Amino acid sequence: MSITAPLFQHHKHCDEIFAQAEDACASGDWDTGENAFALLQDQLETHFSSEEELLFPAFESATGMTSGPTEVMRGEHRQMRDLLAQMKGALAARDSDAFGGAAETLLILMQQHNMKEENILYPMCDNALGASDVGNSLAERLKTS
Amino acid sequence: MHPSLSFDQAPPISVPYRFFLVAPWFGVLAGILLAWAGGEVFVSRWTPEALALTHLIALGFMLQAMCGALFQFIPVAVGGNVWRPELVANTVQPLLLLATLLLVAGFLFGRPVLLSAAVPFFLLALGGFVVVVALALWRTPATGMTLWAMRLAIGGLAITVLLGSLLAEALARGLAVPIVELTNVHLAWGLGGWALMLLAGVSYHVVPMFQLTKPYPLWFTRWFGPLLLLLLLIWSARLFLDLSRWLPLVVLPLLLILSAYAGLTLWLQYTRRRKIHDATSLYFRVAMLSMLALAVSGAAFVLWPVLGADPRSAVWLGVLALAGIFVSAISGMMYKIVPFLNWLHLQRLGGPISAVPNMKKMIPAEAMTGQLRLHVLAVVLLLAAVWQPGLARLAGLALAASFAWLGWNLIGSVRRYQGFRDQIRAAA
Repeated sequence: MSITAPLFQHHKHCDEIFAQAEDACASGDWDTGENAFALLQDQLETHFSSEEELLFPAFESATGMTSGPTEVMRGEHRQMRDLLAQMKGALAARDSDAFGGAAETLLILMQQHNMKEENILYPMCDNALGASDVGNSLAERLKTS
Repeated sequence: MHPSLSFDQAPPISVPYRFFLVAPWFGVLAGILLAWAGGEVFVSRWTPEALALTHLIALGFMLQAMCGALFQFIPVAVGGNVWRPELVANTVQPLLLLATLLLVAGFLFGRPVLLSAAVPFFLLALGGFVVVVALALWRTPATGMTLWAMRLAIGGLAITVLLGSLLAEALARGLAVPIVELTNVHLAWGLGGWALMLLAGVSYHVVPMFQLTKPYPLWFTRWFGPLLLLLLLIWSARLFLDLSRWLPLVVLPLLLILSAYAGLTLWLQYTRRRKIHDATSLYFRVAMLSMLALAVSGAAFVLWPVLGADPRSAVWLGVLALAGIFVSAISGMMYKIVPFLNWLHLQRLGGPISAVPNMKKMIPAEAMTGQLRLHVLAVVLLLAAVWQPGLARLAGLALAASFAWLGWNLIGSVRRYQGFRDQIRAAA
């Protein structure tokens, strides 16, 4: 198994929760939406921090690329955290338009971010870090059950 | 280590927008032309007006939009570096616009010299575009079936342009080439080898992304592009061999793989995780239903030659392909890409991110779904007008109105971008 496989699967897991949160808030089911959103924010934060604290530093020290793809990914994490904060505010205000708009933006940003990771960065990480134990640490942190 | 790896998100916003803002107005011209010329246009695919209409949509709308979208899509989706996108876009876009107008005028007014004059502009604009895009697509370290489909598509565009240029010169100079056969091969590469190949490759990427569907199955994405390519090559053999008896053996499998792609896309959308519908997902559905309709009616024309013998049958297929499939899919994509690009570029200005309005503030949802309804009405009227010439003028008006509304929605979005940009800069 590739060391980044847990990150792959975790993307799908986050998609699932996103769809639940978006659907609930769009149909005015705020209680379900609140729970799903809290889970989404928690899981995305776990995902971002696993990459920022484990994967990216290992990749950077193995390849010497500190200002390339990982920096762009960190920047996009920051944008997604900001959008999650907007969604949280909209949820608290029970504003489904504002929530839907921020959610739509997060979705597109998140999906194109995931594609870049899955198609380009993760294969590079697998190549550079195949022999290290980063994979086990990632799997440990991203356990979803 | 990876010198050609582009992780930056996008070229300057003016690069795709230069193409997107112009494209719908070619559709408006097409609608006005039909409204002005009336029902005689659809008597066959060879009337000067039908040829002009076809190229207004295929080159003016589709190709403009697809070129603009590729500048955006290649760095983001497949990590490719397009060489000096601003310079290339600023050159390719006006040349393509000029070449399209010359060609259309040449058809419409029966002036061969204009067809001939268009050729060097096409070769320059699209030759340059093909080279720059092909380099980006071959140098990227990324992998995947979207990338392969895009590589095949850019090859398809090159073949289409070469055949089209040959046809234009043949018409202008009276060269002794088989015009009908060449035209059939030219349009198969343009619609199949370029437009459909690109649409399929982009779908592998964006259908799961926008709607949270399951991915397209690997067996499908592995086989679709190569099979389509193989069938197009066999179809092209008609230039050298007499294939008339064997044609159904190429056309029916071709229609079958079209149906497989359309059916699979509809099924993926039906079983999607995201429950929200929007103009983009509805537009994709219209495109896929049109593709199924094209496959079914195309098969009927092949299996019952009495039906296919009417020259209007080819016009019917053309309306389904151009207005039903590609205009729908492209309009739907624009409604997703443009709001996102607005947001992306606004938040790069460096102001607080809370100051950046979200995607839904860029084009009102009602304006998009309203425009979509008008487009569907226009497609239905166009299809009816193929058999009921009395409806052609009305269909033309509906087509012009729906493209104008699309163009207006895009202009509104750019205006909002400028307004928000000025606000953010003033606050900073």
